[in-house]
Amino acid sequence: MARIDLKDLTIRFGGFTAVDNVNLTVNDGEFAVYLGPSGCGKTTTLRAIAGLEQATSGDILFDGKRVNDLKPSERNIAMVFQFVSLYPNLSIAENIIFPLKARGMAKAEIARKLDWVTGVFKLGDELKRRPAALPPGARQKVALARAVIRDPAVLLLDEPLSAIDEQFREEMRWELGHLQRELGVTTIYVTHDQREAMSLADRIVLMNHSKIVQVAEPDRIFFQPSSVFAGQFIGSPSMNLIDLVPVAGGLRLGDSPVVLSQSELPPGITARGAVKLGIRPRDLRLVSGEGHALAVEDTFSVGRERFFTFTVSDQILQGTDHRTQPGAGSVTLVPEGMMFFDAETGLRITEAAA
Amino acid sequence: MEQPLQKRSTGRLMIIGFLSPTILLLLFMVAYPIISLVYYSFHNFSAMRPADGMTWAGLGNYEYLLTDRGIWQRFVFTGKFVFLCVTMQMILGIFVGYQLQKTFKGRDFLFTALMLPMMLSPVVAGFLWRYMLNAEWGVVNYLLTGIGLPKVEWLSQATPALWAAAVVDTWMWTPFIALLATAAFRGIPETIYEAAEVDGASPAYVFFRVTLPMSAPVLFIALILRLIDCFKQYDLFVAFTGGGPGSSTETVSFAVAKTAFSYFYTGEASALAVILLCIIMGLAMILVRHLSKMGER
Repeated sequence: MARIDLKDLTIRFGGFTAVDNVNLTVNDGEFAVYLGPSGCGKTTTLRAIAGLEQATSGDILFDGKRVNDLKPSERNIAMVFQFVSLYPNLSIAENIIFPLKARGMAKAEIARKLDWVTGVFKLGDELKRRPAALPPGARQKVALARAVIRDPAVLLLDEPLSAIDEQFREEMRWELGHLQRELGVTTIYVTHDQREAMSLADRIVLMNHSKIVQVAEPDRIFFQPSSVFAGQFIGSPSMNLIDLVPVAGGLRLGDSPVVLSQSELPPGITARGAVKLGIRPRDLRLVSGEGHALAVEDTFSVGRERFFTFTVSDQILQGTDHRTQPGAGSVTLVPEGMMFFDAETGLRITEAAA
Repeated sequence: MEQPLQKRSTGRLMIIGFLSPTILLLLFMVAYPIISLVYYSFHNFSAMRPADGMTWAGLGNYEYLLTDRGIWQRFVFTGKFVFLCVTMQMILGIFVGYQLQKTFKGRDFLFTALMLPMMLSPVVAGFLWRYMLNAEWGVVNYLLTGIGLPKVEWLSQATPALWAAAVVDTWMWTPFIALLATAAFRGIPETIYEAAEVDGASPAYVFFRVTLPMSAPVLFIALILRLIDCFKQYDLFVAFTGGGPGSSTETVSFAVAKTAFSYFYTGEASALAVILLCIIMGLAMILVRHLSKMGER
């Protein structure tokens, strides 16, 4: 087990900066998930922690010791790759014990560990087969077994579930989360799938354009996104974003007649420059009756949930209402769901800052 | 019903029409010689004395050949040559191929330079090396004496000549193995190496446990191709020793050529050629089966 510190980590490939001055601490036993769009630098960061990429500058520390110059094999890490990296010429059992054999562990000890891991992953029937004979999901399970069999200090997972079919992915995700908690191994997981991140992470590290955008627990990153990017990247359907126009007595929602009065706004916000309103679809309600100026355009239902769209400033916005008896025709905003962002920087305006 | 049937038969006619020139050419070029070869092998016949005619010999030619100690000696010599060549070429070729899979400056140039011996005609290479191996004034002995070793009569004794030929064949064909080996090594996904690196395997462990087994199908093809090619080696020994001293450096192919075109025992030569053909076809069949198995995967 180990604590990992990244200090001013920067990685450049020629003129391209893949990781830009990243600082992060992953605590002992923590499940940290790197989340971000493709090309944001999350995989590069992971590979640097593994020792497969060199840091251009900055330090990587395991339990306070600098490991920049250690080879991957000397870092006591284990890794599962996005694409199958099993040895095709070896049987499943031989694949799993490969790291132990490569280190020259005693035969009896190897057999004991293989027994243990076979039990954990329920791999009994597959042990004698070749990787090619297994479906992709099972192969990734074997890769995971190979990773944990040697009690690594750090477990690194690079989009391990992205090449697996939907149904099996869900199952593997639960198992993975369960396993990690059981083993208590410090884990860093890279994904672009927010659902994986939300369900697995102790903390999510959200990255964009080679930089860390926000580090927070899943709930906090959902309810208190630090920026427009964080707000829109997490949550599905995506958070709506509406320009606010200053008018007498408050701020107007784009070109709609709806005006948020001073009392509905965080104090001091009208004094700022351009401001945007962010509101998640789940914080919109369908209502009936007069006095509501946002007209619904389209609705459809999935089970009890109602999806609807409306337009502000030529932008089509989405809402979902899951109440048993929603209204029809108009849209209102749930005040607690309103988030305000600086239009210039994209950063969220919290009440303390405003 | 009528319409499609007619269409199909004209289609079949078209296919036969298009294929027939190739099929005829193949029959003429391959089937005819093989059939006549087998036919001659069952007869006493000399191409030099057609007037004597052809008399049925049954298995006589085969019986004569297989009981002749001389021919076994040629098979043994050929076997030694094949073993030496293939062993040296495979080991060296895999080693060079492993070095060449890494990307470094000048790699492309080195690759091309290594291919050069392969592009020489074997007879040309043979004569070139015969001069270099000349006992009195050849550059090889010059270098040997330069480091204080005695001169070697390379081409006038069977064993040194065997080694010399094997080394020259290795010099010519190692690049071929290296080329295939490099391609095979480079076809192994990078993540497999990375996984092995993370798993803590030493480079040697990775090489013998992962790289080599994963490249085995391709290396096997290279091996069979070299086996076939070495087995029918003829040119080098013509250039080096002319089969001598005596017949001690004659390969089986050499014996076929000599029987057919020096002694003009056409029937006997045909029988020997049929035996040679069977061995080579056997090897080729292993190759083809292996290739089609690889295609299925």
